[in-house]
Amino acid sequence: MSYEARLRVWRGDADGGDLQDFTVTVHEGEVVLDILHRLQATQTPDLALRWNCKAGKCGSCSAEINGRPRLLCLTRMGTFAPDEVITVTPLRTFPVVRDLVTDVSFNYEKASEIRPLQPRARDADGNHRMQQKDVERSQEFRKCIECFLCQDVCHVIRDHEDNKAAFAGPRLFIRAAELAMHPLDTRTDRVELVQEHGVGLCNITKCCTEVCPEGIRITDNAIIAMKERVVDRRFVPTTWLGSAIRRRRRSDPS
Amino acid sequence: MTGGSELERHDYDVIVIGAGGAGLRAAIEAHEQGARTAVVCKSLLGKAHTVMAEGGIAAAMGNVYPEDSWKVHFRDTMRGGKMLNHWRMAQLHAQEAPDRVRELEDWGALFDRTPAGLISQRDFGGHRYARLAHVGDRTGLELIRTLQQRTVALGIEVFMECTVTRLLSAPDGELCGAFGYRRDSGSFFVLQAPAVVLATGGIGRSYAVTSNSWEYTGDGHSLALLAGATLVNMEFVQFHPTGMVWPPSVRGILVTESVRGDGGVLKNAAGERFMFDYIPDFFRSETAETEAEADRWYTDKTSNRRPPELLPRDEVARAITSEVKAGRGSPHGGVFLDIASRRDADYIKKRLPSMYHQFAELAEVDITADAMEVGPTCHYVMGGVEVDPETAASLVPGLYAAGEVAGGMHGSNRLGGNSLSDLLVFGRRAGTAAAQYARSHDATPVPDAALREARDAALEPFSRGGGENPYAVQHELQETMNALVGIIRTAAEVEQALEQIAALRVRVRALSVQGPLTYNPGWHLALDLPHLLRVSECIARAALQRQESRGGHTRDDFPGPRQEWAGLNLICAQDGDRVAVTRQALPVMPPELAELFQESA
Repeated sequence: MSYEARLRVWRGDADGGDLQDFTVTVHEGEVVLDILHRLQATQTPDLALRWNCKAGKCGSCSAEINGRPRLLCLTRMGTFAPDEVITVTPLRTFPVVRDLVTDVSFNYEKASEIRPLQPRARDADGNHRMQQKDVERSQEFRKCIECFLCQDVCHVIRDHEDNKAAFAGPRLFIRAAELAMHPLDTRTDRVELVQEHGVGLCNITKCCTEVCPEGIRITDNAIIAMKERVVDRRFVPTTWLGSAIRRRRRSDPS
Repeated sequence: MTGGSELERHDYDVIVIGAGGAGLRAAIEAHEQGARTAVVCKSLLGKAHTVMAEGGIAAAMGNVYPEDSWKVHFRDTMRGGKMLNHWRMAQLHAQEAPDRVRELEDWGALFDRTPAGLISQRDFGGHRYARLAHVGDRTGLELIRTLQQRTVALGIEVFMECTVTRLLSAPDGELCGAFGYRRDSGSFFVLQAPAVVLATGGIGRSYAVTSNSWEYTGDGHSLALLAGATLVNMEFVQFHPTGMVWPPSVRGILVTESVRGDGGVLKNAAGERFMFDYIPDFFRSETAETEAEADRWYTDKTSNRRPPELLPRDEVARAITSEVKAGRGSPHGGVFLDIASRRDADYIKKRLPSMYHQFAELAEVDITADAMEVGPTCHYVMGGVEVDPETAASLVPGLYAAGEVAGGMHGSNRLGGNSLSDLLVFGRRAGTAAAQYARSHDATPVPDAALREARDAALEPFSRGGGENPYAVQHELQETMNALVGIIRTAAEVEQALEQIAALRVRVRALSVQGPLTYNPGWHLALDLPHLLRVSECIARAALQRQESRGGHTRDDFPGPRQEWAGLNLICAQDGDRVAVTRQALPVMPPELAELFQESA
């Protein structure tokens, strides 16, 4: 059942690097992460890569396999032909640290800008009461394992470094949606906040939804839902008038 | 310091090492008590091992069974640990867990609900009532994300992808901080603080078959020993009964106990529910005698007893091992875990979504149609730093430990669900106590000589050419521990393991590392290996001394528990180059708690 696979792995650092060819033994049922670990243990002890759970639960081992954003631990070698060359490269949207490890601090900075839950008071007996159907909408978004594949694939920032300042990305839009739909949250400005995070720049190509290993319907259930709320808010006449005036004042050259 | 660059220095009141549930809960509490607090973690924030916990958080909230109370939870916990638990830890844990769960909701956690809108609670092994607060089978993710988001909202400093290699002491012995390196750049840092909380998790990477991630190298256990603290109960390692066994690459990955809690049963190759043959006398009166009674229990707990599949983990793991040894195992050396024939597909996908995906993606098994193949996997170490129950303080002033790295709470065997509650209860207590200690103790300056020595030691593997490959040494250690100090042990095998560990220690001194300082996993492993060897030695030495079988420690040459060991803990301390083990009497439970065990089971 074992065979020798041909692997092409990007190696280098912030100053540059290149694809290097390796031949590694593959056994039945293995995933790409197993093969990279074998490479590390036998040929390249300093090969840099991230991993933790090896079961698709922690979102650490994100990389691009044959150009497609994937989790290394959930990509079975059996999905490739034995004679196919498998190319593994770091996430393109983030700066390289070394080899397959990128600097993902962008995502942590954006997360720190999210206003946390502002919960309503508990009931008199110290409990919160919520119905299952009401928690399920936000629960879908809380399945996120923060692999950042959605951030990596997003056109708005993948090839446009200058958009990063004004755009938090799909991971943070589902976080914003989670809070906006959270049964306990008392903030009334979640719609305005998600606009500040740049949801307007998203042009709904759904690439983020396609790469999500958790199957979260990022575009339909979070981004479009939040965009609709933005539109609703604008067309409530008083809100529209208020925000129109504020906009004018803000753009006033004086 | 390296390449002419400056050593990075920071001052804090409290340093927390580890960013899993215990570490983050400790940091949140220390911060809220007014301490300048920093968290140091080896991975990115949110990736700690807590994220993999599946089943739930055990807390006697009484949302599903109003007759549940802290006393019942306390009793279950002590009996699950075969009465070797520190009674006061088990009591505090059972009393405080419900409040620790409720506050998570104020920080954003969204647990599954009961029809009345309260937090739902599920059945788990060894728990008399449905008690585990949960979110499907991804409760650990919910816990870590909630604490992570709280940490970020409070503005607590987090040093991500940083490894602490040493705890630092002043010449007078006073704890004064921690020294380590940044994994991404390889540069060194020192954090000066009077109080340090260890929350580093466990030791699973000592074993070949484990559910634990690369981070579980026993750093905290080892750093505590070197600082002069003691470890308790190190012979007790939990082998979770249900890890994946096929394909080989996923061997050891956890299959949650919730599968059994939600109706799944264990079967051997002949299709028999073999657990009925393995009910120990200790649990006989509270375990179902027939399949019919066991099946009725899921819907009527008052007039039926628990299925034997939900005995504590040590019992189930031993039973599986015996079935496989007797030739009644599954094709790949496990047994069958079947929920497909017992629950409908929608129920399974709703209650166990991540198990459904895990088997579909990694093993091409549809768990709604076919049985899973499962076998024991190294999952948790009951042993850890000996601490004061109220404060989580070790014997070293200023040094605290919480979560898996602390010992005593779980005795000889931990019940499922009691880990996440342990993290929260004792993480918070450690945070409070560390902040309090820091208020009355100024940071002692770190001596320069200690820093130079720490740096030189960390860089040493680069200066050796042509030596040992760290991956090869780790592999040998894992095979040794798995084969010789695993689920079933004998004196001869453990002695052999100790010889091999001694030989590996010599080889670790000859490890050599190539490549740059930036993100170099070979170098990182070389620095983790001495910790792994030290904790492995603790496990083996304690396992050799305890001449009985109890909980997570089974001696083939001393079957069954023995009265002369019922009141004894084994304590590990560093003694020069080696680990010394001494006996210590268990703390005595007060009469009002002891009474709980006199009533009929």
